[in-house]
Amino acid sequence: MATDHRTLAPASASGASNLGEGVLAAGTALGGFRIRDTLHEGGMAVLYTVEATGSSEPPPFPLLMKVPKLGFGSHPGCLIGFEVEQMILGRLKGPHVPRLVASGHVDGAPWLVMERIEGESLADAAARAPLAAAEVARLTGAVAGAVHDLHRQNVIHLDLKPDNVLFRADGTAVLVDFGLARHAELPDLVEEEVRRPAGTGAAISPEQLAGIRSDPRSDLFALGVIAYQLATGRLPFGAPSTLGAMRRRLYLDPPPPRALLPDLPPWLQEVILRCLEVRPALRHPTAAQLAHDLAHPEQIPLTARADRLHRAGPFAVARRWLQARRAPAPAAATPSLHLSRAPHVMAAVDLDDRRDAMAEAMRAALRRALAAEPDLRITLVAVLAPQPFGEESAPELEHSRQTAALVALRHWARPLGLSAEKLRIHVAEGSDPAGLLLDYAAAHHADRILLGARGHSALRRYLGSVSARVVAEAGCTVTVVRPSESNIKIIP
Amino acid sequence: MRTALFADIHSNLEALQACLAHARREGVDRFAFLGDLLGYGADPVACLDIVAGLVGEGCPAVCGNHDLACLGGHLESMSYAARDAIYWTREQIGPRERDFLAGLPLTVAEDDRLFVHASPERPQEWTYIVGEEEAEQAFAATGARIVFVGHVHEPLLYFTTPGGALRLFQPVPGVPLPLSDYRRWLVIAGAVGQPRDGNPAACYALHDAAAGTLTHHRVPYDAQAAADKILSAGLPEQLAWRLITGH
Repeated sequence: MATDHRTLAPASASGASNLGEGVLAAGTALGGFRIRDTLHEGGMAVLYTVEATGSSEPPPFPLLMKVPKLGFGSHPGCLIGFEVEQMILGRLKGPHVPRLVASGHVDGAPWLVMERIEGESLADAAARAPLAAAEVARLTGAVAGAVHDLHRQNVIHLDLKPDNVLFRADGTAVLVDFGLARHAELPDLVEEEVRRPAGTGAAISPEQLAGIRSDPRSDLFALGVIAYQLATGRLPFGAPSTLGAMRRRLYLDPPPPRALLPDLPPWLQEVILRCLEVRPALRHPTAAQLAHDLAHPEQIPLTARADRLHRAGPFAVARRWLQARRAPAPAAATPSLHLSRAPHVMAAVDLDDRRDAMAEAMRAALRRALAAEPDLRITLVAVLAPQPFGEESAPELEHSRQTAALVALRHWARPLGLSAEKLRIHVAEGSDPAGLLLDYAAAHHADRILLGARGHSALRRYLGSVSARVVAEAGCTVTVVRPSESNIKIIP
Repeated sequence: MRTALFADIHSNLEALQACLAHARREGVDRFAFLGDLLGYGADPVACLDIVAGLVGEGCPAVCGNHDLACLGGHLESMSYAARDAIYWTREQIGPRERDFLAGLPLTVAEDDRLFVHASPERPQEWTYIVGEEEAEQAFAATGARIVFVGHVHEPLLYFTTPGGALRLFQPVPGVPLPLSDYRRWLVIAGAVGQPRDGNPAACYALHDAAAGTLTHHRVPYDAQAAADKILSAGLPEQLAWRLITGH
């Protein structure tokens, strides 16, 4: 049977328009926007500052237009990277990504307009490296928080480097350039096209070198490269451009940062070298756990990594070289599946509650979580009431109250038999326990808050129900625990 | 324009009604029927009434191999259960239904899109698109950028790559997939009335032309009621069973 359809060839990269073949002049109008000036001309795309000219109200933030280079002889990856960025940026939300405003094409040559982030780039900070340990921790922690937000949205960046991280005025990290990113629920347009691994030579992870683009921990490797660079001013693996040279990181470890800078604290080396582990399973399970560690460096369990002052010897290198010839273990299917195995569970422990049954019920809930979620992290949080006015509040006394609470929390956790890696403790002080718990949960990406039902302690009578407010206001799941016998009591 | 793509309804009234209600809640502007309105199920006349009404309002519809078989002819290429259902359906439908089926085209083309039941490569041969080879032939047979098909009873997508090779993608239900302007897409809508991918929920696809996205939806419906009707009508038991299991 004859069909009557319009023939429409797919738009070709060498489009008829000259858009993408040169730099557009200021004042050029395109898709409801007017070009003000050229911001950056890179190998793959030209960036312009633009203003909206449409009749509707313009967005309340500055705008940037990205036009991929599609002229004769341009890299075929230009258009694919652009397609991927357009596809993924359109699906991302939140403060850690620029907002996509509009996209379109002129005779097959595409453009997109997004929010322009006006703050500093991480590359500016990297240029000042080596930075102080606290500054490295602050910057890397901010980026790790942004990466976790990305992973929660089922996206892996896969090309993290200082150039691709910007900061808003309030210090919020914003990730840009999603041309190599992977969304677990959308087709991977990058994988098919690029016969050699896609990524930046300095930061590409060992599993990406094997063609695996589904492991969120690849971004943790890149975070390790960033932290190494900020702390030492050097790249751990240099900036190789050939596959063979990139593969050396599978068996040759980088010089330990403390060998370059003897004053670098052991915890920072521990964190950096853990991120740079060849096997993803040895890195932090999530970017949230990395960010949490960087916010509380005193609690990072130190391993042999922290003290290393030399690179591995020839026997270890030979052994790793042999291991590297074997295929790496397959990664979890999607970032969301991976994250579901590694939640941050925050348990609020009321140290004034003397009921053993309550403590046991809380620990039973944590044991169930441990069995179901092997890579979880548990943070025990206690809130101390402020000292009443008039009483002595000398710093020493304050310190001893804090120490007593920390000791009590560790003692509380003992029956769980947790490895040091899984347990963190935190003591807060204030008259608003619910608010303190909620703030801590939000700041440290808690996936679940566990707390006991209202008891009969003097503190609770004084403060009212903490659990009711946490349940109402928390951004994550909240489990209110009751010991079983009190459960029986409340049933009429 | 938001179009709900319904393929392989197969006389399953419960599934059709559930998908219509779901698509209307999603705010679709119209429906497109990708063939095999009849066969297998126990409600041919009721299903055709609904579809004919919508086609009368301007919704595109194409003919499937089961629809054609209901008008007569030999059934050698069909399974025994399918043949039994066709013989039964021929008894149920009257001249009005026959006229409607006889008027259905094999393909409908509009803008850069093509609607067809099986492969656009000789559509009357009813080729199953089960691999890259068939998908390649399907693309070669049409200039359309987006080809919507049914027949396979499983939601899937094939798309072109700049290198020339085709890729297969299994859509995630409910997740809008941007259909990049720089590629060609072959969309297998999945089956409304007889899913075969292990999930008994009815399946349809929603194309949003303005946003350039495609979303596959899974819609739970009362499969037990549809299966009971198949048994009461004396149709082969396995046709009832596969609605429950989705295989």
